[in-house]
Amino acid sequence: MDIVVCLKQVVDPELPARDFAIDPATQRQVREGRPLVISTYDENALEVALQLKDRIGGKVTVLTLGPAAASGDAIRLALAMGADEAVVVDDSEAPQRLGAAKARLLAAALRRLGRFDLVLCGCESADWVERVVGPLLAEALQAACVTFVSRIEQVDGTLLVRRLADEGFHLVEVRPPAVLAVTSDESNRPRLPKVKDIMTARRKPVHTWPVAEVAGQAGEEGPLEVEVRQVTLPERTARCEFLSGDPGEQAAALVQRLRELKLL
Amino acid sequence: MGGVCVIATALEGTLSRSSLELVGSARALQPLGLETAAALLGHGPGLAGAAAELHRHGVGVVYRCDHPLLTAGQSDAVLAALQPVLARAQPQVLLVAADTVGREVAPRLAARLRASLATECVQVEAAQDAIVARRQVYGGRALATLVLRARPAVLSVKPRALDVPDPAPVDGRVEDVEVSIDSEALPARVRQVLREQAEFGLEEAQVVIGGGRGLGGPEGFALLRELAHLMGGAVGASRPPTDAGWVPVSWQIGQTGKTIRPALYIAVGISGATQHIAGVSGSRTIVAINRDPEAPIFSVAHLGIVGDYREVVPALIARVKELRGT
Repeated sequence: MDIVVCLKQVVDPELPARDFAIDPATQRQVREGRPLVISTYDENALEVALQLKDRIGGKVTVLTLGPAAASGDAIRLALAMGADEAVVVDDSEAPQRLGAAKARLLAAALRRLGRFDLVLCGCESADWVERVVGPLLAEALQAACVTFVSRIEQVDGTLLVRRLADEGFHLVEVRPPAVLAVTSDESNRPRLPKVKDIMTARRKPVHTWPVAEVAGQAGEEGPLEVEVRQVTLPERTARCEFLSGDPGEQAAALVQRLRELKLL
Repeated sequence: MGGVCVIATALEGTLSRSSLELVGSARALQPLGLETAAALLGHGPGLAGAAAELHRHGVGVVYRCDHPLLTAGQSDAVLAALQPVLARAQPQVLLVAADTVGREVAPRLAARLRASLATECVQVEAAQDAIVARRQVYGGRALATLVLRARPAVLSVKPRALDVPDPAPVDGRVEDVEVSIDSEALPARVRQVLREQAEFGLEEAQVVIGGGRGLGGPEGFALLRELAHLMGGAVGASRPPTDAGWVPVSWQIGQTGKTIRPALYIAVGISGATQHIAGVSGSRTIVAINRDPEAPIFSVAHLGIVGDYREVVPALIARVKELRGT
């Protein structure tokens, strides 16, 4: 199977609070000097793709849209995990773009890549969390769409996936070509690359395409731009009241406070 | 040209709770001077009652589409059914619940309609001619304010971010819309719905106890269940325990999991990094029990206990039992 996995690099979402800041000029998170990682669920998506390749063979290509200078680590990790090839659409504006604009560029890149059976991406990005790229890619590529896919159940004959739902899950039958937006699951925890794979990864092909080239081939399709007026940190008015003493004393104090608050 | 259209669903037989939450968002858009209608999609005898519920909450016109394929999870069937419905309603603003189906439908609808799009909104309001939507970003650390001027506009609203509005009954009317959907032609189709055994009504519970990575394994949840049972509450989890398979995925609270707004939330062994906070920040009182005094959960908790849950929770159980005289 030909699988393309879309990866996005984000500032580490587990960054300590003191390092989190919004740049008033861009109304986006400050990236300077902050560690970058592959967006959480994109890693799960890559793991699902690699497991599928292990199972039935095929090729896994990773595609990323972002400043090429910063993408190296993500690409090397993906190739070390087992992806066969990488494409970087070099776009310094990417951190400012919203999902709709990104989907348009990714779709153009996917068309240029040629045929594929499946496109996998994270169900949401760890930073902007719009949850739109998967469904918008499906529309742009006239492909089937399932979001919150936790695992691929069956792949011979019909493609059957498990989708996380509010009260459990659904088994969904999908007809390729399909875009699957993946969520985390006990079955798709990202593998750690072995040292020898890190070495062999250096020989795998990495293509860099300037965004202007890709944009030139992008369609006008998709949702319209919206304005981001501002990004603000909410007022944290709550100050934590710490209850001290040994566990027995802490428990007693908590019960007391909860009773005062009429919660017990 | 139409007005605001609430995409209401009754895919499990009865009107979804989030459909009524959307009616609240529609009310917030009243300054735009648009009429509010609803598209009601589902199947079965419950649809009549669902339409009545919408009229009871102030929606005058309900475009009802009843089809056997409009059941749990059938996003492609919903999209197919919306075609004739929206051709009839011609809305300027579409409100969709960001639930399992809505998450897939809203962006795809926005693409097909060439509409402006804002997803996962926690607040929607009108400002002159524009729609202002707010949504959580950066794992819940910040709030983004978006302005949508172009029409049509599609907004998906996070379930439980808003309350169900008070009833405001109107004499409504129902327009039935016929649609034919070829089951074989649906690119994605639900073959089976599997419900997981969840603690009772995690989203409805007034007291919720959440367990995190700090519990060390599934056994820790037994203690939490005991405490929850004594307090009449439900048990949930942050992402690591569900990813590790310690508890079912439906127990997950946080951005990909459920958003909860109980009167009391007790976070045990949860560091409180980003996403989980987004799912619980609406709780009235948050208590955190964690070994690490620097854990981010303490920045949102009202009451904090720095300690080992293996000692604190049994002590709590003993105290509550004492209180209850059991």
